[in-house]
Amino acid sequence: MADVSIRALNKKYDNGFHAVKDVNLEIRDKEFLVLVGPSGCGKTTTLRMVAGLEEITSGEIRIGDEVVNDLPPMDRNIAMVFQNYALYPHKTVFDNMAFGLQMRGYARADIEKRVREAAEILGIEVLLARKPRQLSGGQRQRVAVGRAIVRHPEVFLFDEPLSNLDAKLRVQMRVELKRLHERLETTAIYVTHDQVEAMTLGDRVVVMKDGRVQQIGEPLELYGRPANRFVAGFIGSPAMNFVDVAISGDALWAETQGLRIRVPPAFSGKVQSGQRLTLGVRPEALRLVNGTEAGSDGHTFATAVDVIEPLGNEILLNFRAGGVPMVARVDPGVRVKAHESIHLALDPQRLHFFDAKTEAAI
Amino acid sequence: MLIERKWKKWVYFYLPMAVFIVFTLFPFYWMAVTAFRPDPELYATWRQPNAAPLWTLHPTLEHVKGLLQTTAFPTWLWNTMLIAIVSTIISLICGMFAGYALARLRFRGSEFLGTAIFITYLVPQTLLFIPLADIIRDMQLGNTPWALMLTYPTILIPFCTWLLMGYFKTIPKELEECARIDGATRFGAMVRIIFPVAIPGILSAGIFAFTLSWNEFIYALVFMASADQKTVPVGVVSELIRGDIFFWGQLMAGALLGSVPVALVYSFFVEYYVTGLTGSVKG
Repeated sequence: MADVSIRALNKKYDNGFHAVKDVNLEIRDKEFLVLVGPSGCGKTTTLRMVAGLEEITSGEIRIGDEVVNDLPPMDRNIAMVFQNYALYPHKTVFDNMAFGLQMRGYARADIEKRVREAAEILGIEVLLARKPRQLSGGQRQRVAVGRAIVRHPEVFLFDEPLSNLDAKLRVQMRVELKRLHERLETTAIYVTHDQVEAMTLGDRVVVMKDGRVQQIGEPLELYGRPANRFVAGFIGSPAMNFVDVAISGDALWAETQGLRIRVPPAFSGKVQSGQRLTLGVRPEALRLVNGTEAGSDGHTFATAVDVIEPLGNEILLNFRAGGVPMVARVDPGVRVKAHESIHLALDPQRLHFFDAKTEAAI
Repeated sequence: MLIERKWKKWVYFYLPMAVFIVFTLFPFYWMAVTAFRPDPELYATWRQPNAAPLWTLHPTLEHVKGLLQTTAFPTWLWNTMLIAIVSTIISLICGMFAGYALARLRFRGSEFLGTAIFITYLVPQTLLFIPLADIIRDMQLGNTPWALMLTYPTILIPFCTWLLMGYFKTIPKELEECARIDGATRFGAMVRIIFPVAIPGILSAGIFAFTLSWNEFIYALVFMASADQKTVPVGVVSELIRGDIFFWGQLMAGALLGSVPVALVYSFFVEYYVTGLTGSVKG
């Protein structure tokens, strides 16, 4: 059990690529922290530096009270689950799980007991005598997790552990990992590019892009109050709709071609006439209204449905507004046809504005 | 439809395959037949009545007996075996470490070193034996098995290094990283994880090295003088061709017996051998 603290961490490769830039993270004891971002954002590099597999260019990593910058991986008391599982193909499942204990000189009986215990937690007792190639993807995944938990490490590191599984199994394993974390109460750092995984697993989520931390927060905080346009667009599916607008008039209207929205009072002190901003609207902040309701309050607009995606529990309406394609998420009971004219109302409580240049939230 | 497919398979697959097999195996067959043919039949003209040029009517073991009794063939066989095994072991050990280093460790000039090693493999032996002969003489190793045990690795190490380097590169890095997190040192991870996983590659390299040293001719011819130090390829040729007289029966018997150990080694490891050359390790 330990907290992990990362201060001013940088990684520059020999070819000059600056993969991780000034990352600061405080991971609390027993916390499940998820690093999420597009590929090449530095999340895996950060994790590998915590593991000791990658040299640190500058900065400091502490596990518990100890600075581990110069410790080899074996002395950091961590365990890591890799994307391709990295099971030792020539060893049985039992030996795979026992290897770390053997290397640390545990007694045979103790090893046996711990491996059985971990296998029982993961439901893989019957597989112990098999070789990795005789296992399915999901079983390999379990063995990889089992190998990590037998040692009772201070910190678990997960490097996209679910991305090689099919969609259904991934959802199932996601739940199991969460359950496992609650049971083991060990600090965990988890890297993924899948925002759904990040939101469902993380106590807190760190969004990264181009080597920099964009925002750190609890899942709903990221969703509800994204710090910038990148986070807003990355978290949530379908993604937030963005349209570039100009602010005008004393009463503050956000305008672009064919779209004129009144700026909600909450923003009145923060935006000025003449400013150029990006308006962000989540698909569920849009609602269908009939023609007679429309127009009066400055939060409705007319458009035509482009493509309909009926998903069962909801319907996604694709349309164009303000010159850009957008998506609205509406109730499955709604009856609309493709190319039909509709009126949509924005929820003024759930509008986001971003600076057009810095992309920071306003 | 089905019939058409059948003849197509014959024309495009079985027929070329048959031609290929005959082409490859005929020399072996010819060698075997010649080894068991009595001399009168061997030197008879094909036009003679009752001639059977493609097989023998009176199989005999006289050539094999002659080979074992009148020449030092058993000694040559033993020499060849010893030299091939020792030089293979030396080359494999060096090749494993060098191949691992070139595949995994990032150090200054590693790519240059890799290429340089490969280039040494390309230098023809027919050139290299001249300076090597000088060295062997200086070290007074001439006419001892060490002359060959130490010179064969000059060809075998580059070969093993390259083959194993390629194989090590196909092994996912994560295996090793995981082992290091599990508590192994870099060396420990190499020995406990990477080498066992690379056994198919190591075996292929070993078989290749063994065959190459078994069949080697030039160095063995140059560095070995006395009859009791010779290897099979050199011994057979130098003792069984006297002037312009070829003792075809004994020559072929020698060739046949000499290829048996190699064939045995191949047949034992053929499965590993194929996966070793085609690579692919799955985690």
